[in-house]
Amino acid sequence: MTDVSRKQWRAATGWIWLGLFGLLATAIVSMMVGKYGAGPGALLAAIAAKLSGEAPDPILATVLWNVRLPRVLAGLCVGAALAAAGATYQGLFRNPLVSPDILGVSAGASLGAVLGIFFSLPVIAIQLLGFCGGLAAVTAVYTVGAAIRGRDPVLTLVLAGVAIGAVVGAGISLVKILADPYDQLPAMTYWLLGSLTAVTHQDVLSILPALVIGFIPLVLLRWRMNVMTLGDDEAQTMGIDTFRTRALLIAAATLITSASVSVTGIIGWIGLIIPHIARMLVGPDFRKLLPAAMILGGGYMLVIDILARSIALIEVPLGILTAAVGAPFFLWLMAAGKRGWQ
Amino acid sequence: MIRFPVALLSVFLGLLIATAQARTITDAAGRKVEIPDTIMRVLPAGPPASVLVYVLAPEKLTGWVKAPSDEEKAFLLPSVRDLPAYGRLTGKGGTANMEAVLAARPDLIIDVGTVDATYASLADKVQAQTGIPYILIDGSFAKSAETLRLVGDLLGVSGRSEQLADHADRTIKSLDEGLAKIAPDKRPRVYYGRGPEGLETGLSGSINVEILEAVGAINVAAAAGKGGLTHVSLEQILSWNPDMILAASGKFSGSVKDDPLWADVNAVKAGDVFGAPALPFGWFDSPPGINRLIGVAWLERLFYADVFPEPLAAEVRAFYKLFYQVDLTDEQVSALLNGALPASK
Repeated sequence: MTDVSRKQWRAATGWIWLGLFGLLATAIVSMMVGKYGAGPGALLAAIAAKLSGEAPDPILATVLWNVRLPRVLAGLCVGAALAAAGATYQGLFRNPLVSPDILGVSAGASLGAVLGIFFSLPVIAIQLLGFCGGLAAVTAVYTVGAAIRGRDPVLTLVLAGVAIGAVVGAGISLVKILADPYDQLPAMTYWLLGSLTAVTHQDVLSILPALVIGFIPLVLLRWRMNVMTLGDDEAQTMGIDTFRTRALLIAAATLITSASVSVTGIIGWIGLIIPHIARMLVGPDFRKLLPAAMILGGGYMLVIDILARSIALIEVPLGILTAAVGAPFFLWLMAAGKRGWQ
Repeated sequence: MIRFPVALLSVFLGLLIATAQARTITDAAGRKVEIPDTIMRVLPAGPPASVLVYVLAPEKLTGWVKAPSDEEKAFLLPSVRDLPAYGRLTGKGGTANMEAVLAARPDLIIDVGTVDATYASLADKVQAQTGIPYILIDGSFAKSAETLRLVGDLLGVSGRSEQLADHADRTIKSLDEGLAKIAPDKRPRVYYGRGPEGLETGLSGSINVEILEAVGAINVAAAAGKGGLTHVSLEQILSWNPDMILAASGKFSGSVKDDPLWADVNAVKAGDVFGAPALPFGWFDSPPGINRLIGVAWLERLFYADVFPEPLAAEVRAFYKLFYQVDLTDEQVSALLNGALPASK
């Protein structure tokens, strides 16, 4: 390492530490915002009650530990997962306009969940169908893409994703048309817009194994990921099995995205804009980009969720807010950003 | 020596008293739910539940699912007009904010309507998360009286619920007696049109057209199969050629009479297009709750005027007084019935 790159590295490490502190602060603020027992006093009172074992206000305890805490934890996990998946996909496809949806994971998860609602299944089955639907769609895309040989493998994958995504989208529309418009359709619509409103500790625990299994390859293969962004030919000359590496990275990113959306519903934009912002801050090196994107993704999700639960008496779906806040910011970034994406 | 058993006994008695404070009931989904003995505040999870709680115990209603409009407020007790709206409380498909729900401090959450696995598991989830008992009640029309008695008993207003259930029983009894005199070929073939275009209807078995079947009419859309609400095409309606059209929205009942596309339908030719009164709650469905009882009286007169000759206006006044606890003015009655009955009656 030269002196210059060492200095850059140190600067990036500094950013990441700063980000972690910011994230912690946001999480604490998030615990203090809500419809019941807002402010630092409420949080301190609830912690004191928890430690002493006496609960002067049982409702406050329920709100903070059973309603708000799962939201904060789920927001952190899901935001970090979607941003990490986005950063991975953007690197793999060497395209800044790629989001985790490119290979049909969101569409597949939506179809699974929408079918679960259509057949009036219990919530846990709806979540499971969403999770499996996301994995199934990406598996289908990957199988089709790998079967077509003799072309640029990345391009075939993307085109297969577009085509299968369209078929799955047609399936979603069909189920929505057939669904009861007063009983099932609102549930489907809210699911497709994403929400953390009824997230419980069990929900968070149920996705944790999938998230951990998905994050391990992303962390271990962070250096190979850098090489993959150079393109297949360059990566192969450096002795990397691009076929296997790509398959593994796609599988990992798909796993964490599927698990996330299975409990929250579809939350767009995070996987697209957060990796960009992270790249502006720490540069394209995946070893720094991955933690930065995860921190920013978790933080962005917390801020959006604070808005979702506080701007109206009813809940505002997250998908509406991530797009309404994210899209203008993204346009501004495009206009003002000087740093290249590679 | 004697102290210990005495202490044990008093603990045991204390436990007995504590358990007497709560009851365990089995709801329509077969869930066992422990509810407190006295219930002061009830939160409805969906629109049919808000009607049920309002008619039984308006003083215990904590909030609405959707805030009533100004037109609806005129037909409601002043005390409930400005209660907050919490949104739908069905978990993931819901818009309600859990913290706002907890802040309302309800003793009980009630949902009335279709009972299936999705709703049962959502109820379990909300109950586990908030600690507020959440019960599901079967909202089918045939069980109206039973539902009134059951929920009235839960809320500790069995005197009032008995009165209302009695009215429901009498409504169904007089309907059945009247229907027995009407030959099957005298039953009208009816199309129920929802939405601004009127192209949305309820299939056979849908909770939204339940009272059409209850009053013995033939739902023409039953030809399209069983299910919930659905969209149909004008071609299907032309092929069904109903004798009568019931419109859920004033916009549809107004436009259909002059619409050349609909001109060949028997009902339109005969001018038999009627709008369902909608204030403060719909008479036909929207929501499919206890509010449909007055719809039965309306449809009896509309379909079989010779068997049910009593004037509808008096029945409407009595129902609004008993259920909604409001005295209707003459203007309100004629506004409600405007377009709902043939002009000559």
